[in-house]
Amino acid sequence: MADLHFTDAVATDGEKAAVDLALGENSGLSLEGERVVRGGASRRRGLRHLLLPALHALQKESGWISPGGLNYVSEVLQVPPAESYGVASFYEMFRVDTEPGHDDDVVHVCIDAACRIDGADDLIASLEREGKHVHRSPCLGQCERPPAVFIQGRKKPDLVPADDDPFELPQAGDEGLRLLKRVGVVDPTSLESYREHGGYEALTKAIDMGADEVLAAITDSGLSGRGGAAFPTGIKWTAVRDAEGDEKHIVANCDESEPGTFKDRLVMENDPFALVEAMTIAAVTTGATNGWIYIRGEYPQATGRLENAIAQARDAGLLGDDVAGTGKAFHLEVRRGAGAYICGEETALFNSLEGFRGEPRNKPPFPTTNGLFDQPTVINNPETLLNILPIVLDGAEAYRSVGTDGSPGTRLFCVSGRVATPGLYEHAFGATLGEIIESAGGASGQVQAVLLGGAAGSFVTADSMDLPLTLEATREAGTTLGSGVVMVFNDDDDMADVCQRIAEFFKNESCGQCVPCRVGAIRQHEMIVAIGDRPMPADKRELHEDMVQVMADASICGLGHTAASAIKSALALGLIGANQ
Amino acid sequence: MTVTETAVTISVDGNDVSVPEGATILDACTAAGIDTPTICYGPTLTPVNACRVCVVELEGSRTLVPSCSRPAEEGMVVSTDSERVNHSRKMVLEFLGSGVDLSQADELNEWSAKYGAQPDRYDNPERMNEDVKIQDDLYVRDYDKCVLCYKCVSACGDDAQHTYAISMSGRGFGARIATEFDVTLPDSACVYCGNCVAVCPTNALQFKTEFDLREAENWRPEDQSVTTTICSYCGVGCNLELHTQDERIVKVTSPDDHSVTWGNLCIKGRFGWQYVHGDSDD
Ligand SMILES: Cc1cc2nc3c(=O)[nH]c(=O)nc-3n(C[C@H](O)[C@H](O)[C@H](O)COP(=O)(O)O)c2cc1C
Ligand code: SF4
Ligand code: SF4
Ligand code: SF4
Ligand code: FES
Ligand code: FES
Repeated sequence: MADLHFTDAVATDGEKAAVDLALGENSGLSLEGERVVRGGASRRRGLRHLLLPALHALQKESGWISPGGLNYVSEVLQVPPAESYGVASFYEMFRVDTEPGHDDDVVHVCIDAACRIDGADDLIASLEREGKHVHRSPCLGQCERPPAVFIQGRKKPDLVPADDDPFELPQAGDEGLRLLKRVGVVDPTSLESYREHGGYEALTKAIDMGADEVLAAITDSGLSGRGGAAFPTGIKWTAVRDAEGDEKHIVANCDESEPGTFKDRLVMENDPFALVEAMTIAAVTTGATNGWIYIRGEYPQATGRLENAIAQARDAGLLGDDVAGTGKAFHLEVRRGAGAYICGEETALFNSLEGFRGEPRNKPPFPTTNGLFDQPTVINNPETLLNILPIVLDGAEAYRSVGTDGSPGTRLFCVSGRVATPGLYEHAFGATLGEIIESAGGASGQVQAVLLGGAAGSFVTADSMDLPLTLEATREAGTTLGSGVVMVFNDDDDMADVCQRIAEFFKNESCGQCVPCRVGAIRQHEMIVAIGDRPMPADKRELHEDMVQVMADASICGLGHTAASAIKSALALGLIGANQ
Repeated sequence: MTVTETAVTISVDGNDVSVPEGATILDACTAAGIDTPTICYGPTLTPVNACRVCVVELEGSRTLVPSCSRPAEEGMVVSTDSERVNHSRKMVLEFLGSGVDLSQADELNEWSAKYGAQPDRYDNPERMNEDVKIQDDLYVRDYDKCVLCYKCVSACGDDAQHTYAISMSGRGFGARIATEFDVTLPDSACVYCGNCVAVCPTNALQFKTEFDLREAENWRPEDQSVTTTICSYCGVGCNLELHTQDERIVKVTSPDDHSVTWGNLCIKGRFGWQYVHGDSDD
């Protein structure tokens, strides 16, 4: 470790203790650290993957990542301090500036669409009058209860005030629920209660069936990914099962930061064992021995419930060295993100978890062969994983009995904005947009636009109420289901303001790695702000089309590919920029 | 190009090109005599494929692909001169020109002209807006000229120097190359090998001698000559290229393809010549 160079800044005793606590058995400076290199399996042997937990500990202790604290963490983990700084400065929840206010709790208030049309500005003004340290945050994943707040505690646990309100599922008691049937019914803190509601029957059955049969059932079910890209899950799992590798990983992508999306949070908070069980099935099926739940940093309740579920499952022999008597090992850990939408992109997530900047990798190679720590990896959205349970229990045919041929099964919809009862709804694929809005009590006011699929999706208007929400029908209509967002705007809503914020979101969330997105996102934002609620001149329309094309064609990842799609649809539909 | 047993053949703009296995599409384009713009690519560096100016159209791929990093695979069909390719190259160069001072980035400017980039199409674009960092007598960092190509980071880190004095920091348009907390270079891990300066494509990193001469409006590349010699400081035998103007050394480089240095030097070879003149402080 002698070859790392440090400035003179020294950590406080409190910082050292906080970091040591977070690192557990890996703490202290007595380590025989090994220089970690970028790329290749040698990364695994380093401790660098503990960088994010260590930075979280520093932030909580001191209210920022101090130079002394950074030096300490860098020395313990043997990461060059310039690189640790590069990582710390990447995340919204870490402060590296010397501005005052390090001693306060940070009150994150959502300023994305569902909250900005429902009181975010007023709330921020009143909190600031009270002298609170307010941070204007992108979507906090609580769009069903605007305006959303998350409090990042200083020397105390983080907190979401609304978590104290009793939870009720709008569709509670509905016989047709598959994915949500336990949500609001089961005690999410108790393995026993989970078992009473059918929990772990699927794992037992999957072990009996064996990997080939499980993989066949998933492939035959037609299940496709719910994280946005709709990739066939059976192909993914089979590729990992078949991949060469001493170590394989199962990752649950619980970063959930697509504006308008809150489904994964509600599932994790209210049925956490289901996610653990589904990941365990993935492990015994593909031969993976390590599991990681990468969860966004603003979800304290879901994090706590998952950690509790993992501990109980481990105690019951359902995780650990010998899963349910199979002799197979599966070690599952929760890792917290720190505020970065891009870390939901699968390869950015791997880099983030490994302690590197959350910059997406170029694909190919794909995660199935070169994923986390460059090893074969299944990465799935929690909703995707949830579908595994009914597929294993009831078989592919029963699974396909609802939905359409191209989109079998059910889908979770995050309905927010101008509807009577915003919330999480499960519907068979093929329900129309109008039916879904009706199920949430109908729109309040005259529908001006609906944002489908999140900020990376696109707008449709009231003309689209008969659109069946399937993968194939939305694709044909030039829109997307994305992460299941249905955000409704009525005639009173200022779409110019909403679109400016969407453009700002992408400007802020671009990782900055590639030119089309780093520059395209800021130029788009500048352009949309300049247009405001005025007509868009023809030369600017043309320029925007040029920008859309290079971002979609030449960006590295999906963020850049889709960063202009909602704005493009708003322009095409005349929601902004229209000549009148 | 001789075809070996492990060659792969791909079609580039309708012509078959054979390259050794492991070669990239860029290698194939070069073998076919096609000039491809690159910014973040360097022959001695691991590709980061970040700038996207080298993209080509690959049959069967929804998006364009970076030729500098994509391995050539048997049967690939590639177009380098399609409307989509030319559009993306133009826009990448135009985007860079809209926010970065490219006044000393000669090669980029040639490509910008070739592809018809119009960086002035944007109203009041936010720019890098960085002051020159002059923190020592050896080299300056002018991040107003930085296109964030990662080359200096790679040269300082895994690809050459293993010093890791600098990293990408921040995010989005606010991303910058920085030391930890932006401490000055003398306070950082930097050992003044100058390898970052050697790979910078835009002159954001430049030798202090060059910077001073430019400030004095006396930087005259046309009057410079290059002498190749071997560094006398130690027994490694690094090739040096001494660039002189008015009989004074103004910078030292090493050839990219030299099997000892691969373009890299240490502080003695790179900057030790100041003692040749007996005045390290001019
Ligand atoms: C910018 C960006 C953000 C993303 N965020 C998420 C996310 O929060 N959760 C998620 O499951 N997938 C997200 N994805 C998609 C993932 O890259 C990946 O496709 C997904 O996790 C695969 O799981 P699935 O097949 O189960 O959908 C994101 C993609 C992009 C480009
Ligand atoms: S598209 Fe955007 S987010 Fe994705 S790698 Fe490029 S800069 Fe980063
Ligand atoms: S001079 Fe050498 S050590 Fe210093 S920053 Fe550049 S590459 Fe790194
Ligand atoms: S300083 Fe030069 S080499 Fe480094 S990222 Fe900027 S342009 Fe590239
Ligand atoms: S929490 Fe505010 S828009 Fe999602
Ligand atoms: S040269 Fe290929 S992406 Fe930069």
